[in-house]
Amino acid sequence: MIRHFLGDTALLTGRSLRHITRSPDTIITTTIMPIAFMLLFVYVFGGSIDTGSDSYVNYLLPGILIITIASSISYTAFRLFMDMKSGIFERFQSMPIARSSVLWAHVLTSLVASLVSLAVVMLVALLMGFRSGAGALGCLAVAGILVLFTLALTWLAVIAGLSAKTVDGAGAFSYPLILLPFISSAFVLTATMPGPVRAFAENQPVTPIVNAIRDLFAQQSVGTDIWIALAWCLGLLVLAYGLAMVAYRRKIA
Amino acid sequence: MTTQTAPALRVQALEKSFKELRVLRGIDFDVERGSIFALLGSNGAGKTTVVRILATLLKPDAGTATVAGFDAATQPASVRESISLTGQFAAVDEILTGRENLVLMARLRHEQDAGRIADDLLARFGLTDAEQRRVATYSGGMRRRLDIAMSLIGNPPVIFLDEPTTGLDPQSRLEVWSSIKELAGQGTTVLLTTQYLDEAEQLADRIAILHEGRIIANGTLAELKALLPPATVEYVEKQPSLEDVFLAIVGGGQATSKEQQ
Repeated sequence: MIRHFLGDTALLTGRSLRHITRSPDTIITTTIMPIAFMLLFVYVFGGSIDTGSDSYVNYLLPGILIITIASSISYTAFRLFMDMKSGIFERFQSMPIARSSVLWAHVLTSLVASLVSLAVVMLVALLMGFRSGAGALGCLAVAGILVLFTLALTWLAVIAGLSAKTVDGAGAFSYPLILLPFISSAFVLTATMPGPVRAFAENQPVTPIVNAIRDLFAQQSVGTDIWIALAWCLGLLVLAYGLAMVAYRRKIA
Repeated sequence: MTTQTAPALRVQALEKSFKELRVLRGIDFDVERGSIFALLGSNGAGKTTVVRILATLLKPDAGTATVAGFDAATQPASVRESISLTGQFAAVDEILTGRENLVLMARLRHEQDAGRIADDLLARFGLTDAEQRRVATYSGGMRRRLDIAMSLIGNPPVIFLDEPTTGLDPQSRLEVWSSIKELAGQGTTVLLTTQYLDEAEQLADRIAILHEGRIIANGTLAELKALLPPATVEYVEKQPSLEDVFLAIVGGGQATSKEQQ
């Protein structure tokens, strides 16, 4: 059974990856917004923002990476919604294959698409002067956090894709996620925010994740941020996975 | 009906409600192996619900659905080995080519020679010329033929066709009909749902009429006709129907399954 699961997942992942390679515009679209934010904040607002760091690109890149992931997974919901709507999802579910491989194929495709988008955004950041002295271990830790966060948001996207009524609804869930970094330490220091906003900013998942990535890039000690970040990512992942399974069972007996 | 072999499909006292709505109110029917059985009913009669229960996509509230001797609720994996489902809308991957769709299905069914199976089916369904084109560019009839071709992979003994010709033009409809007849000719059991009376009349060995959650009639076409008072003989001038005219003018009529664009 496990061999079937792996084989079926590989086949179905190959199928949805082909959807991306045949419309690479989905990758471009998901990277346009984060790159635009990065240009806007670095070259327009950046001069007036005092974060106490030498390079504002270095300061804001972690937040931009979070936005990239949030923007990328809206296509995961879209792809899954289209499979539901066209009936091919039900066709797969009525076949003698490992049923869960249909969802896992979408999850793996989402991960690959996000990583490609992240690479594109990183490349632009490098052109804009982003530099990091982080070693292999630091880079691995950053990649680990980003992968974990992508998986957590991907299972959220699965919920949206399975339960949306319209194609717009399937994508719309990602808007609040894209905005979340703005009320965090991603662009400005939280200390400058008024009380309640600051309280929200400091206690939502993006702030510890962004802080941990920033410290890893800057080769500073990450403190407790990384553990809070990991706890948020894992907690979100487990919760989203559980809710996605509930949504799935509601669709398919 | 033969008594020695179990029927390909057996539905007994099947009930299903969605919240307050009682879609199926206890339905029973058997489908003999190798026959075409049409479930006839208007929109919302519950045809798709029956198919989804048989295809292990939905659990009934009460009653049993047996496919090739396996219970759909308790032995779903064995049922899935025995069936193919083509849903109400041709469930094909639009971004892949026709050939890629078939190869994907063959690999998922763990067939040894996926490429050859795909090529054979493309030829059989007149899609060889279009095999390298994305399915998004196919006509409705071509998509349906591809859809049915995908269902044949792995030679499942039972095939469900949920409204196979809804939304098709008359020519494509005839092409799909000839594909379905060919299937049954090879011993496949076909459960067909349709809202078109002539489709049931043309294809089915037996017809069951589903109305407001119950089967209100079940029999061969002759048996159903016998339910009405004997026909009175009248002489009427036979006018060609608009469909006859249309097919004569555009030169269709035969399911040659040759479609250029």
